[in-house]
Amino acid sequence: MTDAALVDLSGPKKAERACVHCGEPVRGPRQDRFCCAGCAQAYSIIGSAGLGSFYARLQDAHARQPVPITLDYSAFARPVGEDRFALELLIDGLDCAACVWLIESLLARNSFVIAARANLSTKRLALKWRGESSKANDLAELIAALGFRPAPYSSLSANAREDRDARELLRCLAVAGFAAANVMLLSVAVWSGHDGSMGDATRTLFHWLSAAIALPAVAYAGQPFFRSAFAALRAGRSNIDVPISIGVTLACVVSLHETSVGAEHAYFDSAITLLFFLLVGRYLDKRARGRARRGVEALLALSSASAHVVRSDGTIEARRTDHLRPGDLMLVAAGERLGADGTVVMGASSLDTSLISGESLPVPAAAGTRVAAGMINLGAPLRVQVTAAGEHTVLSEIVRLVEAAEHGRSKFDAIADRVARAYAPVVHLTALLTFIGWEALGGLAWDRALVIATAVLIVTCPCALALAVPVVQVVASTRLMRSGVLLLSPTALERLAGIDHVVLDKTGTLTLGRPELATTVDPEVLAIAAGMAASSRHPLARSLIRAAPDAPAFEGVVECSGEGLQMGGIRLGSAGFCGISEPSSDGHAELWLARPGHPPVRFAFADRLRPDAHQAVSALRRLGLGVELLSGDRPEAVAVAAVEARILPWRGGATPSFKVARLQELAKAGRKVLMVGDGLNDAPALAAAHASMSPSAASEATQNAADAVFQGDRLQPLVETLIVARRAGRLVRQNLALALLYNLSAVPLAIAGAVTPLIAAIAMSSSSLLVIANALRLGRRSLGREAV
Amino acid sequence: MDSLLVLVPAALVLGLLFLAAFLWALRHGQFDDPDGSAGRILFDDDD
Repeated sequence: MTDAALVDLSGPKKAERACVHCGEPVRGPRQDRFCCAGCAQAYSIIGSAGLGSFYARLQDAHARQPVPITLDYSAFARPVGEDRFALELLIDGLDCAACVWLIESLLARNSFVIAARANLSTKRLALKWRGESSKANDLAELIAALGFRPAPYSSLSANAREDRDARELLRCLAVAGFAAANVMLLSVAVWSGHDGSMGDATRTLFHWLSAAIALPAVAYAGQPFFRSAFAALRAGRSNIDVPISIGVTLACVVSLHETSVGAEHAYFDSAITLLFFLLVGRYLDKRARGRARRGVEALLALSSASAHVVRSDGTIEARRTDHLRPGDLMLVAAGERLGADGTVVMGASSLDTSLISGESLPVPAAAGTRVAAGMINLGAPLRVQVTAAGEHTVLSEIVRLVEAAEHGRSKFDAIADRVARAYAPVVHLTALLTFIGWEALGGLAWDRALVIATAVLIVTCPCALALAVPVVQVVASTRLMRSGVLLLSPTALERLAGIDHVVLDKTGTLTLGRPELATTVDPEVLAIAAGMAASSRHPLARSLIRAAPDAPAFEGVVECSGEGLQMGGIRLGSAGFCGISEPSSDGHAELWLARPGHPPVRFAFADRLRPDAHQAVSALRRLGLGVELLSGDRPEAVAVAAVEARILPWRGGATPSFKVARLQELAKAGRKVLMVGDGLNDAPALAAAHASMSPSAASEATQNAADAVFQGDRLQPLVETLIVARRAGRLVRQNLALALLYNLSAVPLAIAGAVTPLIAAIAMSSSSLLVIANALRLGRRSLGREAV
Repeated sequence: MDSLLVLVPAALVLGLLFLAAFLWALRHGQFDDPDGSAGRILFDDDD
């Protein structure tokens, strides 16, 4: 959801009658209860399975309009044992418990389904069934017919590790929480006995008990910190985990010694509570990041594709694109994305190459044309001989370039680590001087002096650094996720906060990246064309339907592959198909409608600006940012978009290397540049910029290169991200200042030897609560209004 | 002070029991889908 409070362009239209299934307004005759045939079918499937109470369970929410599926799911099913298959699907639209119930109950009605378990948090569905792998398609179709969008999802990837890490953190958190609570219980008894009501023997017993609980717990729950600190030290660096590990370990060792000599104070409670607080921050951070990562995975899974391979005997087999081999003969249908590089051997069509080159005009393709993975076939089916697949495609090469460029940026230091690097030596030096001072000058025994030095380390342990920064990030990323922005890089917020210049790409970023009807046509004629187009999956046909959504679909429309649609004497299709001899040359994609007894009508299509492009650009300017347009498209097309969105410095025909050069030039001039782009040709520029964002419709490589991905048709999330990032940066600095202030006041006390475990516990908890409360201010909704 | 000999171990055992229960639940996937589990309890299986 985008933040409606920011730029409200069109409020939701009041529907007099809502579709029973999806809640969209019904425009047909009075007695209609559904907005489309798909919804009617979904309703009847649910009703006939006796699951009609689904609609009651939905309460205020609504199911979605079914969209037909175009993917072969059997290619993704994996065999588990004899005659059994399993498939993991990511279900778009799985938003409520009622949906879980509906999908699970409905699938369980099929006798061959062994297991169907949906996970609402991750939106995944695990399926297992008996029989052939092709049943995957039946099951997926059933899910799609209800209005959900199933996407194949492979759980055997890097995510398994992330999930394991999160789980380990939670286990550590549980252990630390248990130990902290129990040790604190014992410590409170000891503290209240300091007035003499508790004997020395009992106090020492309590200290031993505390040690027995705290030491194993620290050894277990401290592992994430110890490992990271050790890795950093071995690489000759320092990070925030180094002072934490030293402080906690030293506190434990000193307390153990104090206990063994029956001394008055032990710091076991400080050590374990500190770990508990830090683990809370780390777990929250991991979970927020995991949610963002899953969001992007979902987007990518929805764009995954299968290819159709023609076997030597002429039959057609569905295959995953990563299983294609050079020499395979692919059949590429209209609207399908190529899964591998190759040469066209049969057919003539036009290709959308915008992913590779940024070119918005379709490029013709005929036998002999070399094509690359990622291009979309816009016209007739093509037969393509695969020349390179998988790792060896042009697409993969660009992806590798991006990864190399990205590597350079990953060296950006998180502010917490930067501060820790400056802070840790100061703290350690102070502790050392305290120790030497008390021992040599103050004449204390070495172990007394060490206790005081440890107290210094404990009160200065950078709780605020380790806790307050992640808390700000969690609050910020949660807030942005509500607005449809997914933060991918851990340092994205910090870099976004420093941005002073924005470079926008045109196709797909400033514009929607899909053809929309650009000519004004008589609505009656448009309704006829849209009614015919309803039976086609061609991108231009779909935009006709978008232009006239309430036009009823016609029966009896025949699709002449690659040329157009025919219904009796009426034809909708290419100029040649409709008998037009002189093709127009204004560069727009076009469709013609030819009817007997009427002059032919031309429908021209063009990529349109995002609805709020102009507002968003001026909002960016109001934030004091420079905005420029840099596109690989033809200069004429770029000029039109630049004027319409009122962006002054603009440039067309920019190659990927030119874009990178321009970004470097800006960087050299001291600008911190945010690059926003979607095409693969933008990916190197995205990786070279100070920070980068891409729309969710972008390709996988582009999204991987970007720091953040924004969803939806509007550009407003971009503005909001920058505002939230700046605000988050301010809060982080405030938190650091608060922490510093607290340290400055506590350190003299600690050096003087006045900080008992009780005082350390109070100071630590109160400072942690203070920075958390400060971070929570970021979550307030009113924040976004500052932009407008 | 004799009561401590009973109360402290009792408190610790209870705490450990809860910790063990939590770790068991975590290992058996009870925390994998917090959102779904909240709604699942309301489904009737007799439909």
